[in-house]
Amino acid sequence: MKFKVIVFTAIMLCVIIVSCQSDAEQEFKRYYTGGAVIYKDKCQNCHGNNGEGLSAMIPPLTDTAYLKKKRTVLSCLVKYGIKETIVTINGKAYEGTMPANVDMPPIEIAKVLTYIGNSFGNKMGTIAVEEVNSNLEKCN
Amino acid sequence: MRRLAVYVLLAAALTACKFNSDKPALPIMGNREAVTKTVNGKQVIDTVYQTIPDFKFVNQYGDTITQKSLKGDIYVADFFFTTCPSICPVMHRNMLNVYKEFKNVPDFKIISHTIDPKHDSVAVMKKYADKLGISGNSWWLLQGNKEDTYNLGQKNYLVAVKQDDGTPGGYVHQGWFVLVDKKSRIRGYYDGTDEKQVAKMIADIKILRAEVNTEIAQ
Ligand code: HEC
Repeated sequence: MKFKVIVFTAIMLCVIIVSCQSDAEQEFKRYYTGGAVIYKDKCQNCHGNNGEGLSAMIPPLTDTAYLKKKRTVLSCLVKYGIKETIVTINGKAYEGTMPANVDMPPIEIAKVLTYIGNSFGNKMGTIAVEEVNSNLEKCN
Repeated sequence: MRRLAVYVLLAAALTACKFNSDKPALPIMGNREAVTKTVNGKQVIDTVYQTIPDFKFVNQYGDTITQKSLKGDIYVADFFFTTCPSICPVMHRNMLNVYKEFKNVPDFKIISHTIDPKHDSVAVMKKYADKLGISGNSWWLLQGNKEDTYNLGQKNYLVAVKQDDGTPGGYVHQGWFVLVDKKSRIRGYYDGTDEKQVAKMIADIKILRAEVNTEIAQ
């Protein structure tokens, strides 16, 4: 009887630990897979299947340092687009227009940023909707 | 029983040989017309294939381009505009593969017609070419009369191009790449937004070049 209780408690403990650990991971997965769909729909035509961009016309999304540095403005770039500002990616200047996505809800911006932030060699972790919301307030 | 097996094997071997000697060929597309002609006093029915009529545009260097400029060339035509936010980047990412494959081949060209000639001046087209990373004369970006471009697209290449302010970028157009042979006949349509179809087109261009070369050799 005692043995059974011990085994039961051990199993319960395992379940709790595993589910706690994977909570964050599961959230990440939800963001990431959702973001992949949005990327395909809204960004892939320009930035490419592998984030490679297009010649000197559209920048790649593979500049890990740039994305890290600009983490707080990425939400604004996606929502309001880019007009003739020159971004420098991997030492190359790009000047062009990226269309705005004014109707994209913050949760979708968060998902697509989590996707690009963790694909093509980037490792930025989850970019959650709360982070996007607070960054969007600072757009100019 | 054993004899039967030998026959079967032999037959299989023969068909295999036959298939090998059959060169792959591309169909001739577009509208066609049967005309009755008199050849050596006999009435024969001949097929007249649709061809691309003459045109006159200006390329990214400001040179006038007519069908004469493409004489003896196989070419691929498509329609785009430089500010297109939707399918053009995909089309031209894929077209770059075609360009890289054939840029040193003398009898092949790419012509991309802008459907927004008002914005896409020669200078704008040159800048686009530079940013795309293309140079030389194997890929021309053509600009000219809007009506002429639309007519050529709709009536001759049989692809949709039209202005529609309700769609992103303001134009409706499909991403077709149209493959045209040395006799100005349409030999293939490929979805320029689909990497696999564009790979097929690259293979087909090789077939087409071989076809024309054997014709010349005869
Ligand atoms: C019509 C083509 C187009 C589409 C669609 C597009 N972009 Fe862009 N994007 C650009 C261009 C062009 C630039 C560079 C703008 C400049 O420097 O002026 C850019 C820049 C960026 C940058 C900053 C530079 C870099 O390479 O890191 C990010 C991040 C970005 N885009 C993400 C996205 C995301 C996410 C989407 C989908 C929601 C998207 N883009 C959709 C064309 C596009």
